[in-house]
Amino acid sequence: MTQTMVILMSGIVGFLAVAALAIALGRSGAATRIVYGASSGISLVLLAVVVARIVNGSPAISFMTLPLGLPWIGAHFRLDALATFFLIVVNLGGAGASLYGLGYGQHETAPHRVLPFYPAFLAGMNLVVLADDAFTFLLSWEFMSLMSWALVMTHHREQNNRRAGYVYLVMASFGTLALLLAFGLLSGADGHYSFEAIRAGVHAPPVAAFVLALMLLGAGSKAGIVPLHVWLPLAHPAAPSHVSALMSGVMTKVAVYGFIRVIFDLLGDPAWWASVIVLLLGGTTAVLGVLYALMQHDLKRLLAYHTVENIGIIFIGLGLALAFNANGMSVAAALALTAALFHVLNHSLFKSLLFFGAGAVLSATGERDMDKLGGLIHRMPYTSFAFLVGCVAISALPPLNGFVSEWLTFQAVLQSPELPQWSLKIIVPAVGGLLALSAALAAACFVKAFGITFLGRPRTPAAQHAQDVDPFSLAAMFTFAALCFAAGVLPGFVIDGLSPVTLSLLAERMPVQANAAWLSIVPIAESRSSYSGLLVFVFIALAASLAAYFIHRFASRALRRGPAWGCGFAEATPMAQYTAGSFAQPIRHVFATLIFCAREEVDMPAPGETRPARFIAYLRDTIWDGLYAPVAVAVSYVADRLNVLQFLTIRRYLSLVFLALVTLLLVLTIWS
Amino acid sequence: MITDFIVQGTQMLLVLLLAPLLTGFIRKVKARLLRHRGASVLQPYRDLARLMRKEVVLAENASWLFRITPYLIFAATWVATALIPTFATGLLYSSTADLIAIVALLGSARFFLALAGMDIGTSFGGIGSSREVLIASLAEPAMLLVVFTLALTAGSTQLSTIATFMASPEVGLRVSLGMALGALIIVAIAENARIPVDNPATHLELTMVHEAMVLEYSGRHLAMIEFAASLKLLLYTSLIACIFVPWGLAVAGAGPAAYVVGTITYIAKLATAGVLLAFFETATAKMRVFRVPDFLGASLMLGLLGTLLLFVSRSL
Repeated sequence: MTQTMVILMSGIVGFLAVAALAIALGRSGAATRIVYGASSGISLVLLAVVVARIVNGSPAISFMTLPLGLPWIGAHFRLDALATFFLIVVNLGGAGASLYGLGYGQHETAPHRVLPFYPAFLAGMNLVVLADDAFTFLLSWEFMSLMSWALVMTHHREQNNRRAGYVYLVMASFGTLALLLAFGLLSGADGHYSFEAIRAGVHAPPVAAFVLALMLLGAGSKAGIVPLHVWLPLAHPAAPSHVSALMSGVMTKVAVYGFIRVIFDLLGDPAWWASVIVLLLGGTTAVLGVLYALMQHDLKRLLAYHTVENIGIIFIGLGLALAFNANGMSVAAALALTAALFHVLNHSLFKSLLFFGAGAVLSATGERDMDKLGGLIHRMPYTSFAFLVGCVAISALPPLNGFVSEWLTFQAVLQSPELPQWSLKIIVPAVGGLLALSAALAAACFVKAFGITFLGRPRTPAAQHAQDVDPFSLAAMFTFAALCFAAGVLPGFVIDGLSPVTLSLLAERMPVQANAAWLSIVPIAESRSSYSGLLVFVFIALAASLAAYFIHRFASRALRRGPAWGCGFAEATPMAQYTAGSFAQPIRHVFATLIFCAREEVDMPAPGETRPARFIAYLRDTIWDGLYAPVAVAVSYVADRLNVLQFLTIRRYLSLVFLALVTLLLVLTIWS
Repeated sequence: MITDFIVQGTQMLLVLLLAPLLTGFIRKVKARLLRHRGASVLQPYRDLARLMRKEVVLAENASWLFRITPYLIFAATWVATALIPTFATGLLYSSTADLIAIVALLGSARFFLALAGMDIGTSFGGIGSSREVLIASLAEPAMLLVVFTLALTAGSTQLSTIATFMASPEVGLRVSLGMALGALIIVAIAENARIPVDNPATHLELTMVHEAMVLEYSGRHLAMIEFAASLKLLLYTSLIACIFVPWGLAVAGAGPAAYVVGTITYIAKLATAGVLLAFFETATAKMRVFRVPDFLGASLMLGLLGTLLLFVSRSL
């Protein structure tokens, strides 16, 4: 038991105390400030503690056992390199969201429904990362799920939110069930629930295969892997925006943590074919996620679908790491795992930032529908600048951080021709192509998101009279924008900071980057590839200022404002601008005709008729219709049939119980 | 070190000087092919000078983004062009960005151009941006697959290393490189808004892509955008030249004679490429917007096949 662990645990207890305090404060006016202020303070302390661990380079693993939970086991906690990294992600997101909440929370109509659950949710996420036995892990996982569910149900009087909450609850229980079975298999018949014992145990190949499948179902459904993503775009936008930021930016990462912890750490080294499954799922998730996002016109739902894409990119990195590791190519495996973890950090930064921005737009205009916004760059200059930074970062454009992690993933793809297995030889380049496709589509998606929401002319009075938001929200957004920039131009430090994780999981690390010339990053060797975000930024800044200086020195400086060119027509109404739907129309036509059965119908009145012409675009969510709807129909059919059992006489119940007992005993005798 | 610095500096200025010339040369050849006399090859310089002298007419609701975008696009394109070996390899800052990063830099430029197209809130800007991102969503993955093919052949994504490797005798004729060349040419045509994907000379609303996005630009802003477009054309030509016809490139540390030879062969390569492009554009017609995905899909397939071949065997 070390000092660090004591501080971390007291922080978590602190979160729970704040939650209790929030219940006590009830609807009192100061509650919002107290809860978010305290949460932000605790998160910052926890963040400082774990960052200090990385900066000091102390690789020592800290343990702690508390006499809680199962009486003969207790609750084990452990802080190693992997947990340290994910604690940074959790508490960075937590601190940012709490800071944002200080301002945003003032607009909340039902604060007493948010405040008690918010710090408890933060505590839950911290606990999952620290847990060191299966029981504590599952309990914390379920606690985290329930707290976030309560936050999703904040505005439970809206029909859509109730549906979102229901779907989330079903999917979360399904996920936990899968995790429960996975840990059951891992701990074996003797029931060694501590991770220490699981790590030491030998897992037969069929068990490992089942565990992998169950982890993909359990952690994958929480992270949002296609086709288990359906709850995510419903639930994330339904919560208040800073909670959406936490759910999308941080909770999905906790799910990724669960996957890494079990597959890379507890399970030992899985066979190579595991990587094929993870790679295929990752590639499909990335492309389908961004295509779904492109079809949306609700800003927060677009962001939530886009989380699915980024989870796909992270899983591509993890799949590559599994493939290399299974073939003993540990240098390449370290590169791929670093890329995935770097993307975990990046996504938590820019997705939180973008949800903050969407929340700012929501509180300023009351609208999430992009087709009712527009022109906000004039009314909300600070928000739009921060949102733009987030858009550039998430679109993987240099010199910001999103590009660095995708670049590293591409470099990892290029290491793969040495893989011996034929299926991997064919799948890896195809997945590389899917990754490139999803990156290009992501740029299209965020041109749409920023262009329709912030540019052009306002489409409604609400957008026309919007005001920029409070300083707390702006501070949170600008901090995260600055972090996106810093991680983009100084990626070497992040990569070096990740080296303890790859060392502990793969016994290998990427080369030390801090000494590279011009702070560039060099994955393998400089003759093979290198990239310097700092120099790219400096060059662009220099070239742009040089051009601007030259132009303003030698060219005409005259400027006149005039009406836009309307091709001879008088100024059209703002409704004639491109909308979210029309912007995505070419992409819908090319990509979604097959995938989402997209169809367009033009209803043109005959000459002389006075009714308006109509254009209707149809889209089907093929995954929902093909996979979930039949299951739902089957479940309700069976439930209807079984409903009779509710109205039996006591004699019949007794005979049923007796029958069940006999059957079980019979099964047991035949089994043994 | 000093020589390296001079070479890098010369390269940066050379591309600026040559870019409008290449555009003017292609226009001249196209005009001659149509039996027009055509404007002088220096016309693009005059156009740029004229645009810079004119005042800017800015739409009433243009934002700051609209005003800084021309400089950003110019800067990103210029930096990308400066990192491509034109007459010499071993540029001082070639370790700054490899080929993937150069492609992404152009992606940044396009991102901002597409946003600027939507800033005014006219339908033209929207139509241009929405089509541009469609084209980019297919051209960018195709380009990255070409990069994969080259990187797997040369064992590096660093352009200087690739160019040096391609000039060495061990390359020989390879199927995968042929596919990469085909894919790269299609991408270059699409990225530079040339016929048959887009027509640089049109102002017919229904067919415009690039021109629709920049319709609201005027004066010095338009000059920057036009300059960046010329630079991008030069960039793709230089890229194809340095990878697929690397002969004559001066290696790092060679004497002045090698640099002179490098420069002359470089200009000769540009001229050849310009004539070929002019012939191609004169011989084809622009295609419908929804045929473009098929055209780009072909390049995507070529790129993927090339990469797959290399995963099967490194010598193909």
